[in-house]
Amino acid sequence: MAKVHLWASLRRFAEGQEVVEVDAATVGQMLDALEKAHPGLGPAIKAGLSVAVDGEVIANNRAAPVKPESEVFLLQRLKGG
Amino acid sequence: MARDDVKTGYKYVGTRPNRPDGLDKVTGRARYGADFSLPGMLHAAVVRSPHAHARIVKIDASKALALEGVKAVVTRADMPTGLEGEDLNLQDNTLAGDRALYDGHAVAAVAATSALLAQDAARLIEVTYEVLPHVTDVDAAMAPGAPVIRPGVADYSVPEGMHGNVARYMKFGHGDVEAGFAAADVVREHTYKTEATHQGYIEPHAAVGQMGEDGRGEMWVCTQGHWYIRRMSAAVLGIEAANLRVTPSEIGGGFGGKTTIFMEPLTLALSKKAGGRPVKLVMSRSEVLRATGPTASASMDVKIGMKKDGTITAGQIFFRMQGGAFPGMSPIGEALPCAFACYDIPALKHEAVEVIANRPKAAAYRAPGSPMAAFAVESMVDELCRELNLDPIEVRLKNGARNGSKSSYGPVYTMIGLQETLEAAKAHPNYKVKLGPNQGRGVASGFWFNHGGETSVSLAVGEDGTATVMIGTPDIGGSRASIGLMVAETLGIPYEDVRVNVVETGALGVNEPTHGSRATFASGKAAVEAANQAIKEMCKRAAAEWEIDAEAVEWKDGAAHPAGPNAGKFPPMTIGEIGSKMGGTGGPISGHHEVTAGGYGASFGTHVVDVEVDPETGRTTVLRYLVVQDAGTAIHPAYVEGQYQGGAAQGIGWALNEEYVYGADGRLQNPVFLDYRIPVASDLPMIDTVIVEVPNPGHPYGVRGVGETGITPPLPAIASAIAGATGARIRSLPCSPPKVLAAIKAKR
Repeated sequence: MAKVHLWASLRRFAEGQEVVEVDAATVGQMLDALEKAHPGLGPAIKAGLSVAVDGEVIANNRAAPVKPESEVFLLQRLKGG
Repeated sequence: MARDDVKTGYKYVGTRPNRPDGLDKVTGRARYGADFSLPGMLHAAVVRSPHAHARIVKIDASKALALEGVKAVVTRADMPTGLEGEDLNLQDNTLAGDRALYDGHAVAAVAATSALLAQDAARLIEVTYEVLPHVTDVDAAMAPGAPVIRPGVADYSVPEGMHGNVARYMKFGHGDVEAGFAAADVVREHTYKTEATHQGYIEPHAAVGQMGEDGRGEMWVCTQGHWYIRRMSAAVLGIEAANLRVTPSEIGGGFGGKTTIFMEPLTLALSKKAGGRPVKLVMSRSEVLRATGPTASASMDVKIGMKKDGTITAGQIFFRMQGGAFPGMSPIGEALPCAFACYDIPALKHEAVEVIANRPKAAAYRAPGSPMAAFAVESMVDELCRELNLDPIEVRLKNGARNGSKSSYGPVYTMIGLQETLEAAKAHPNYKVKLGPNQGRGVASGFWFNHGGETSVSLAVGEDGTATVMIGTPDIGGSRASIGLMVAETLGIPYEDVRVNVVETGALGVNEPTHGSRATFASGKAAVEAANQAIKEMCKRAAAEWEIDAEAVEWKDGAAHPAGPNAGKFPPMTIGEIGSKMGGTGGPISGHHEVTAGGYGASFGTHVVDVEVDPETGRTTVLRYLVVQDAGTAIHPAYVEGQYQGGAAQGIGWALNEEYVYGADGRLQNPVFLDYRIPVASDLPMIDTVIVEVPNPGHPYGVRGVGETGITPPLPAIASAIAGATGARIRSLPCSPPKVLAAIKAKR
């Protein structure tokens, strides 16, 4: 299962966990599974997130693949100039 | 510095042809936002709040409407209700609701038969205000007793007990910070501040809008992203986005400030109320500075531990940033991960709050958040280097991120070029120049994520063997040239035979704006795929004529060739031959590609600056300036150098002079370029550039965005150079002459 790292101030919405394991094949499935398991994360996900999968930052592509061994980091939604 | 394992030796990529828009721009033929006009067009003016915070008691437009030639007035009462979230924020900023939230906040707009008449009419609109307490400073906005501007503004992230002006909170990190500090030989902690600065684009915002009673509209607008303008304007006005067609003009700079709406929907609202006549609205410079988004102001606590050999053992930051009176606008989400992105440090703690204040709604500005963060962290690193008598480049080489490093924000870096920029800076002649009296040298590195995003591109083969490419990312920094070069390289035809057009919202699928340093990367990547699709079809046409399998045809040098001796002997069939008869071989040939582009590759740079400070006046003169940055592959090196120089110039302005100055009454004191001092050519030396090329594996030609990183290092590099020249450390930007002089005197 992919390991999803939550930033520190998100952990209080996931029973204090730093890393949540998620069974998902895409970024979209991963976010849906996270919200289902931890509804408190819903507002953060709805506000928009950037996601880094295996070192690559993916802005908003829910179709981007996630592998069982993937390391995923959630980031606040990034804006550019 | 090309890598051995990456293809080089391109025919067109990496050359410096004339810019396709150059002649139009130097002859005045290029049409910018304010150049567009339509028959029967009206002109608009906006009534703006003179108060930083006030309840709007009454708006009386009767005298304005009585003027002959005045055709329409709109207020918030003309806007739809029921919006939520960012749509409501956009509407609130387009026209104030029951309260004006900053000096310059739009309250009403009027359309008349001439611009002068519209301005006269605006002055006749009587607004009754009840002035409310205000706060404009980021630290003052969090102080006990500060007026709470918008009760309930905090989102899910804000822990209980924080000030009512805190809208967002963020925290992350790794490792044991306290153990890291305990292992250091020197631990220092300071607070750094940066003022809000404006993007300072030369072209003010301008738009022409037309909307009929049927709710269908059209807009011609100066913008970085016309699909964003369409979506946001439609949301604010409560219409379907599909009923709005938006055409971008040429653009005289944006730097992030034109990725959103400010006054554009007013042209449509006024047009609809004026019977469908087109309405033009052009902002003055004062309106631009008072009412369009500058960047955030910041107050930042930094603590770093370092060993005597330069090893950084731990870092800790707490940032406070205000982005105006609207939540979600200060770049804490970018500033925090950028802060230590250049380093590989075992223990880090990042924390930030977003604070709202009575200032205009902030917008993105070139690497949003990264320059402020760099000012704080890179200044502190420089302070430690000077205290421990260490070379600042060697310290960065020792602690700097490299391939395989875990980034400060979590993910592991792959194929980055920070170390290469440091080595190139160290080897550059500028780093060896002997400094004279009152002179100092500053070094800093910078980072930006870069971006891909939603992209749609189309390509059509011409009957004459040319190619026309349609892109949706307005060309701000030379993307038409760079995309033309990549398409020429892919098709194997001369650069002059490729024309790249920026087209309107009805001509392509959705495109994100030209932002995040993405245009050459993402539109270029999609254009290459579109060209490959057209090549596949051209090979198919040649194969049909030769009566062989399409797989037995290959494309090179602008022509279809039999792939090998077994394919048969046929002379090459050029793109011109295929194009000239495509109507009879199956119809027009085109390619298109739609993607949410990934693989954009992070960007790093290192700057070295030498300054001389006049000890009598505190004036800083930049003697020489060096930008070294990783471009992946420089498609059009002159444009890449231009981005490096432009970013450095803006950063130098931020470091030395630029700042929003608010009076005790909450009004902006310097809303003209005479008082808001951006650097001009005579202020700066020629900015030297070195293009490092560590190709990005996520792009067919190795491109990584180059537009934003360049603004990041100048803030700390300049302040550090001044510290070197004077012995006085400025921790609050700008390093204006009075501030530098006071610091020198305090040091004496």
